[in-house]
Amino acid sequence: MSTNSIASPRSNSAQSPKYKRNKASHSSFEMFAWLFMRLSGVVLIVLIFGHLFVNLMLGEGIHAIDFGFVAGKWSDPFWQIWDLAMLWLAMLHGTNGVRTIINDYAERNGTRMTLKTILYVASAVIIVLGTLVIFTFDPCPPGAVIDLPSFCPVP
Amino acid sequence: MWSWVGHRITGVVIFIFLLVHVLDTSLVRVSPEAYTAVIGAYKNPIMGLGEAALVAAIVFHAFNGLRIIAIDFWKKGPKYQRQMLWGVLALWAVTMIPFLIRHLTIVFSNFFGGN
Repeated sequence: MSTNSIASPRSNSAQSPKYKRNKASHSSFEMFAWLFMRLSGVVLIVLIFGHLFVNLMLGEGIHAIDFGFVAGKWSDPFWQIWDLAMLWLAMLHGTNGVRTIINDYAERNGTRMTLKTILYVASAVIIVLGTLVIFTFDPCPPGAVIDLPSFCPVP
Repeated sequence: MWSWVGHRITGVVIFIFLLVHVLDTSLVRVSPEAYTAVIGAYKNPIMGLGEAALVAAIVFHAFNGLRIIAIDFWKKGPKYQRQMLWGVLALWAVTMIPFLIRHLTIVFSNFFGGN
């Protein structure tokens, strides 16, 4: 490699002269995670490009986004399932990506454990929160007055 | 090598955005007023440019991800990885140009058109 290239993570360097991590386990988890990144990535391209096209390109674009816009979409099971799949796949894909980066660059065992614990807790909270919001959402909340979708009864 | 660095950086940026995006969208469960207030705070040219940068990151990550899949699963993938990177950058430009025209027109005309 040329002198201005970046050393591969976990490679021999002045900071880590030789590989000190535990030997590889016999679990196939890493193989599964590698495959999951590729499969979920392909599905996410469809889900996210569709999401961006509908929300940013059609109609009034991003200017049209308000409570009524979201309520209109989530009154349709099609968009509930779409957004649920996007939430779970994107969160798992992103969490595994950041897990890989932590494993690459956090050299101390304790640092690695701490960062990954924070990552997993944050991801679990976001996945549970997002799932609950999609399924407990009321497009016509009682008492609300602004930005309601047109199908809500007039108060 | 730089595509690998770019893939990691865009991945982390998109993941951090995703955490915030789920949190702000969750405000629909609080009240229409809360959600519309926060979304209203995003409706200015600075955030509009940030959204453009985010989409640029997503589109690069998406097309370079397909390139990674081709390198891993296509027999001639490793041989053509450099040519495929130019393909990724070309597809990125072809996708971004119409998007930027549409998105930035909406962002700037609504902000300076006053409504």
